[in-house]
Amino acid sequence: MNNIAIIFQKQIKDILKNKTVLIEFIIFPLMAFIMTKTVQIQDMPAGFFVKLFAVMYIGMAPLTGMSAIIAEEKEKNTLRVLLMADVTPAQYLTGTGGCVFLISMAGAGAFCAISGYSGPGEKALFLLLMAIGSLVSMLIGAVIGAGCKSQMSATSVAVPVMMTFSFLPMLSMFNETIKKAAEFAYSRQIMVLMDGLGKGQDNTGSVIIIVLNMMLFGGLFGVLYKKGGLGGN
Amino acid sequence: MVDTFIEVRNLSHSFGVKKVLDNISFQAEKGAVTGLLGPSGAGKTTLVNLLTGQLKPDTGEIRIGGRETGGGRPGIMMDSFGLYERLSVYENLKIYARIYRVPERRIDELLKKAELSGAGKTIVGRLSKGMRSRVNFCRALLKETDILFLDEPTSGLDPATTEKIHGMMLEEKSEGTTIFLTTHNMHEAERLCDKVILLNEGKIVEDGVPKEICRKYNSENKIEVVLKNGEVHRIKNADESAGAMGKWLSGGEIVSVHSSEPDLEQVFLGITGRRLWE
Repeated sequence: MNNIAIIFQKQIKDILKNKTVLIEFIIFPLMAFIMTKTVQIQDMPAGFFVKLFAVMYIGMAPLTGMSAIIAEEKEKNTLRVLLMADVTPAQYLTGTGGCVFLISMAGAGAFCAISGYSGPGEKALFLLLMAIGSLVSMLIGAVIGAGCKSQMSATSVAVPVMMTFSFLPMLSMFNETIKKAAEFAYSRQIMVLMDGLGKGQDNTGSVIIIVLNMMLFGGLFGVLYKKGGLGGN
Repeated sequence: MVDTFIEVRNLSHSFGVKKVLDNISFQAEKGAVTGLLGPSGAGKTTLVNLLTGQLKPDTGEIRIGGRETGGGRPGIMMDSFGLYERLSVYENLKIYARIYRVPERRIDELLKKAELSGAGKTIVGRLSKGMRSRVNFCRALLKETDILFLDEPTSGLDPATTEKIHGMMLEEKSEGTTIFLTTHNMHEAERLCDKVILLNEGKIVEDGVPKEICRKYNSENKIEVVLKNGEVHRIKNADESAGAMGKWLSGGEIVSVHSSEPDLEQVFLGITGRRLWE
């Protein structure tokens, strides 16, 4: 527990000084705020920009945050030193994941504040969806971080992956084929669930797809981890 | 009786089909500095990784302080720094002080020892290579340990920083710490090491006390005499040279006398045909 807290506090300090990672956690809530306040289109669904940018946010920020941190620590050998100092990979991942999750949820709180959701129940469900989406993205980020040896290779893998998951929900609004493919993505299902908040719709299908996404990326991380550990060497 | 601290028996390790270490055995004494010398690719870092439990050997046995590797907590200074560049010197060391559960005053002690007291609040990314190296050394010393593994601790450093790190190493040695040092700098090895192990292509080609190794390979057995008139004479270290030496000495003609015994670099070159810094 002590080591998890040490890693968590270290990552908080480090991430607050890491502008390239931090910017992604700030830019999307800021964009959502600006667009919500400035753009008014007739018949635009309530909270349109909030949902749009919130889904982009969970597809990008936690994913790149997690992959960038792990890849940087591998490239600069800091992860190897930590693991030699008796910090276990599980402690490292928990501490780092906890930090990324906390910052993700701070951004989610900002989205919630401008969302226009009325009751505490809807707000809590919105935050729950943001939390679940962030967790899946963090899993993908951990897969990329564990599989890549440097920041550059992690970025080259993370960018197309996060673009796919971030933009699929938006693109599925314009094209039926893309919509069919997007149905298998957790980010699209998060958007579906956000759209359905307070409408009492059956969400079983969405939940199953999100759980399957989690299992898929969790399994992939397990395979990579078994093959090469966290790759401190 | 010699108190053995590191004992390695029949150790082999491969990466894929490449055999990096081939059936090596050696011992290192407690409280001594043991140097591992070899050119790049000789297997030095792999051996350190095996000794520190970062790798598991394919075959063979390693015992450190009577324990199998992985059980203890050695101090390790690697060839790369592994420091958080956005955090300060103090913040970097504090992370490890907390992990090792040592009081923060130990950080202050080490910074003072490394002459870095004034740099505690400096962001690591703004430090020179020499200062980073000293911070790295401080981190290795944070944990109260009986053994230090130092992998190329002075590689690429300026003479002043090298001198500082050598001083810190000798201070640790005087406090009873066993030091295992890898280097391809023969002067460092000759100056600091009580024993050296010469490694080439995964095999130990020679080991022992540096001066004894050099004497062992002194096949020429000659003396080089430099005279005041600029002449340099290489004479045999034997009775037959006594006459000439006596004449030069009585005439006060000698500027310097050197033994022709090889240094570790020349010994290594003679055995393997390779240079240590290759």
